[in-house]
Amino acid sequence: MDLAALLVTPFARLTELGGLLLVIPLMLPVVGLLLAPLLRGRWLGGGLLGRFTLLLLLLGLVAALAVATAVLTGDEALKYYLGGWLPPLGVALKADGLSAIMLLLSAVVILAVGVYAQREFQVPPDASETRASLVFWMLLMGVWAGLNAAFLGQDLFTLFVALELLTFSAVPLVALDGRAETLAAALRYLLFALLGSVLYLLGAVLFYGTYATLDITLLAERISGEPALPPAVIAAAALMTVGLLAKTALFPLHLWLPPAHAGAPPPASAILSALVVKASFFLILRLWFDVMPGALTPMTAQILGGLGAGAILFGNLVALRQARLKLLIAYSTVAQIGYLFLIFPLAARAESAALTGGMLQVVAHALAKAAMFMAAGLIAKALGHDRVRDLGGCVRVLPLTLLAFGLAGLSLIGLQPSGGYLTKTLLTAAADGTGQGWLGLVIQVGGLLTAAYLFWVFGHVLFGVPSTPAMPIKPPGRAQELVVLALALGALLLGLVPPALFDLVEVGRAGLEASAAVATAMAGAFGWSKLWGDVWPLLVVGLLVLGMLPWPDRPAGGSPRPATTSLSVTGHWAADLGTLLEPADRGLRQWPVAGLSLLILLLALAAAISTGA
Amino acid sequence: MNDPTLFGLCGAALVGLGLYGLLCQPGALRKILAFNLIGSGVFLLFGVIALRGGGVLAAAGRGIDGDPVPQALIITGLVVAFAATSIAVALLLRLAETSGRTTLENEAPPAPSLPGERASRPDGES
Repeated sequence: MDLAALLVTPFARLTELGGLLLVIPLMLPVVGLLLAPLLRGRWLGGGLLGRFTLLLLLLGLVAALAVATAVLTGDEALKYYLGGWLPPLGVALKADGLSAIMLLLSAVVILAVGVYAQREFQVPPDASETRASLVFWMLLMGVWAGLNAAFLGQDLFTLFVALELLTFSAVPLVALDGRAETLAAALRYLLFALLGSVLYLLGAVLFYGTYATLDITLLAERISGEPALPPAVIAAAALMTVGLLAKTALFPLHLWLPPAHAGAPPPASAILSALVVKASFFLILRLWFDVMPGALTPMTAQILGGLGAGAILFGNLVALRQARLKLLIAYSTVAQIGYLFLIFPLAARAESAALTGGMLQVVAHALAKAAMFMAAGLIAKALGHDRVRDLGGCVRVLPLTLLAFGLAGLSLIGLQPSGGYLTKTLLTAAADGTGQGWLGLVIQVGGLLTAAYLFWVFGHVLFGVPSTPAMPIKPPGRAQELVVLALALGALLLGLVPPALFDLVEVGRAGLEASAAVATAMAGAFGWSKLWGDVWPLLVVGLLVLGMLPWPDRPAGGSPRPATTSLSVTGHWAADLGTLLEPADRGLRQWPVAGLSLLILLLALAAAISTGA
Repeated sequence: MNDPTLFGLCGAALVGLGLYGLLCQPGALRKILAFNLIGSGVFLLFGVIALRGGGVLAAAGRGIDGDPVPQALIITGLVVAFAATSIAVALLLRLAETSGRTTLENEAPPAPSLPGERASRPDGES
């Protein structure tokens, strides 16, 4: 039996549904959302609602697999018109290859989070029912509905509603534990996200005013027929892009991300970092690759790519300075978002590699980051804190969790055969091929900096003063550890997936060679010289970082030691850099400063778009 | 000045005022109100587009004096903006109850002692 047949058989019945299949991923979360208040309470040891949600998530995974199979084997996008009304009067749903990948990814990650959260959000047997045990599952379903609608919507206004549903579900997730600092983080997230969505809406309004439709396919037809973009459309494109950038938290608009992602409960952080920021990125892709494919001028692409490069360098450097594990991971997300925007300057002449690399980055980062946040959650639960400096000895307590954390880290660094490796290879090759070698350099430096903060964490874990208790305060559940490990392995082994499956990227768009690009990138991955070439810089970074660590035979002193007690040369460098970077980060995350950068970005983008018009 | 231009300029002014308020006012309640100003400006602009589209239809002798699609979308948008405002106000009320803070500045005084170990650290999110 060949590969295609093997894929098709289990889903033959489902794929016969055709476009109707697209309704299932939208319906399942809404069913869960509506039934949740009925299923709360103490049934099944307080875990009935969690189990029911898990069932819906499994069904959702099957539906997503069926959509992906139908799209891949049918080699064309699935379409569904609500009520049988064609656009511009009706509203269309469409799953092309990119939507299918995102649907599948969100089903997998949310399922993993659902398994992880069973323990955390069941009604405790000996205490009164908490609000979180109901609200978490409802919000999870809300996020899932918003994500699926954003991936399937084919109408700018539907996408607006999807984004809002996503934001309104994601924001309360941040504040689930009700502490003042998470409430402030949630409010800050909500207000900045609202600014983003209102700018997006303004852009959509201008599109409607110019072309009298909001349907993406019709808009693309009408825009491609124009000799030059009208001013209203230039303004609309700039407004929508900046609004979505604010929601994606691309540097320098990241003021809300670190406190929100670090303050949320671990399963929520995993969803926020892995999926929620990707939805608005996905809409940016839709805007520039589907709505106005010809309008991506070199200047616009350079601005977006430059911001991405800035995010990689800045986010990774600030991550190095974080004292708390969850904040470190949150800043790592700021950096990893940057890779997604490198695809814009590469897309003009190397679209296959850029788009495939971008989607791989979305998938690999989602899996790895969800694993890392949940691993950090287990560490914080077991030790009672997540201060990096006091992690010494925790490898004895949580070997499996730390293994998962490390494996996920390997994917972020970009070692073979991880998804991160494929992303970096594809993007670097595209950068060299299009004469933009500096982008390749940024990618390499970003990988090394990522390695540096992971070495920093593991240095403390392995060589730090064993200050942690020998027994965990609250031992992690076996299922929790396994699901984290599974996600990490998924990210690490993404490169070993048969290249033919990557053809999913190109369904619904012409002229892409995704599987060929991936096969080329994987072909040389395991040669000795290649492996050594990738590993020795990491070893150098590792030695430098280990030089910064305070050694265990030194007196431990009080628990919160200032950063400058590590007396090595590299330690001083890091401290100097930190005094420079931390005020910069604090400054950039002030509202007026972030607002000013948003306005400057808006004007710059508008100017850049009009240069090619 | 004809009606669409006048209303369009009003919408633009509202968006501008709201943008200024959202970015520069320190108080969270003022930020929420400013967001509503921006929203009103956008909806007004959308209404102008409906009026203009309706004008085109009426001139073509279709007997319609307003494009109905934007009106439907404005109503949806109003609902969304209302929901957003209520979530924001609820969060703000709870924040004020818990810590007495009503602003979102970075250099806020550290919150009073909190339950749980993961207490605020000055080098953290602050």
